Amino acid sequence: MSIILDHVSHVYGNDTTLAVKALDDVSLVIPDGQFIGLIGHTGSGKSTFVQHLNGLIKATDGHIYFNGQDIDDKDFDKRKLRSKVGLVFQYPEHQLFEEDVFKDVCFGPKNLGLSRQETELRAYEALKKVGLPDECFYQSPFDLSGGQKRRAAIAGVLAMKPEVLILDEPTAGLDPKGREEILSQIVKLKEESQITIILVSHSMEDVAEYVERILVMNHGKIVYDDVPGEVFKHYKNLEEMGLAAPQVTYIMHKLKAKGLDVDENATTIKEAADMIARALRG
Amino acid sequence: MGIIETDKLTFEYIRRDEDGNVEGITRAVDEVDLDISQGDFIAILGHNGSGKSTLAKHMNAILTPTEGVIWVDGRDTREEEEVWEIRQTAGMVFQNPDNQIIGQVVEEDVGFGPENMGVPTKEIWERVKESLKAVGMYEFRKYSPNKLSGGQKQRVSIAGVLAMHPKCIVLDEPTAMLDPNGRREVIRAVRALNDVENVTVILITHYMEEIIHADKVFVMDGGRIAMQGTPREIFSDVERIKELRLDVPQVTLLAHELQKRGIDMPDGILSIEELVNEIMKRSKPCQ
Repeated sequence: MSIILDHVSHVYGNDTTLAVKALDDVSLVIPDGQFIGLIGHTGSGKSTFVQHLNGLIKATDGHIYFNGQDIDDKDFDKRKLRSKVGLVFQYPEHQLFEEDVFKDVCFGPKNLGLSRQETELRAYEALKKVGLPDECFYQSPFDLSGGQKRRAAIAGVLAMKPEVLILDEPTAGLDPKGREEILSQIVKLKEESQITIILVSHSMEDVAEYVERILVMNHGKIVYDDVPGEVFKHYKNLEEMGLAAPQVTYIMHKLKAKGLDVDENATTIKEAADMIARALRG
Repeated sequence: MGIIETDKLTFEYIRRDEDGNVEGITRAVDEVDLDISQGDFIAILGHNGSGKSTLAKHMNAILTPTEGVIWVDGRDTREEEEVWEIRQTAGMVFQNPDNQIIGQVVEEDVGFGPENMGVPTKEIWERVKESLKAVGMYEFRKYSPNKLSGGQKQRVSIAGVLAMHPKCIVLDEPTAMLDPNGRREVIRAVRALNDVENVTVILITHYMEEIIHADKVFVMDGGRIAMQGTPREIFSDVERIKELRLDVPQVTLLAHELQKRGIDMPDGILSIEELVNEIMKRSKPCQ
């Protein structure tokens, strides 16, 4: 049960003079139950990459295997793939359309051809998972706050019971508290249901705080694929790619350079605070 | 009198059902008193729904107060004949770069504002040139805006406002949709406008790191000003900031965490250098 990418490339406008290579020979394995962060500047190929994972875009070269099966095989059921790999786009609340929140979340499972009872059960579960209060269920989705709308939209994807959940910048435009709420719900979801999560983000702080593996994309290639501490060691290269490391990384490097006995691989505030406190006490 | 001054500024959204009956009233801005001086760099913080954007929209008369008054460079926004002048005094930049660019070519887009003001052609070109230079986008003047990155587009939007020679520029979450590089570019351009051209800047943002250079910060909650002061004063009270659904910069948070671990640290540390120096002062000298 995993996704394997084998030398996958994608070229937009392949047979024209305007051909752009958006994915360049990407090979990697996404095992079950991992929490992965995907970072890269605008235009680095992140969105093209994630859209390959549920077959919205077909690789122009290479193969993608989902649970051992090539997703481009003629007898492979792409519909099923799309219900297994849930993709939450940027600003997913723009896709809410039903008259109340509950109906909106039911839309996906209903289209899978499930019974009404099963559909409603799944919708209820999904709304509970994202932590939306009961009184919101029968409100118009357009009367909810920004953070609530976004959670309703994520519930719509969760109701499909995906094995892999991809979130493209789920916290863009939310206030800090709203960001934290969404992210901690995602962490909880991960712990409870053991699904694989891929978080596309521009916030290095969020990525450092939550994920166990980081993929860094640049010009369509995966340049780094490692645990946060290792990836952020390359902060100078990340800056050249239009990215950055969390502020903590810079602080730790400066302290180390000045002779304080700390490990520069600390990426979260808590880790850093513990380490500095220990070093100061000697 | 300051460039922007308000007296008990209040704005209410009236919610109506399908038949037009009033369902309820939301007070988005509630008796706000502000006095902003020419040349200030002001930051406005607040969680989603705290009234920041509604307040900002009063600054160039997109909205007019339900009660109270706002003066922009001494002009009352309720006077309809003043609106034209007010919008030239205070320009606005919004969150989504794709919604505010209309030209087919960068320089044409930037020239749109002054052209509508009836500026003579020769001067329009001069203004376009200087505005694009001010935001570091002059080399891109012949590009099509849709070939630019988000940060570049946002800088073109700022140049478009700048070409109207405003005294004040209001930016409503200009970096919310950008990557770290784009964010840096935009903030650098905005700071340069303030430092070099002495344009009053009012920056609304959710990114705490962007406001550490502001002269003054206002924190909004429930339509009111809940806190105000210099960034250092504001971020000294980490617990209060968290209560208001906000955050503090990572540096400040780390200093706060060290305090919690019994290490004596001053409140309101804002920069990496400051924090590193404070920590090193407390470390035992190397043997």
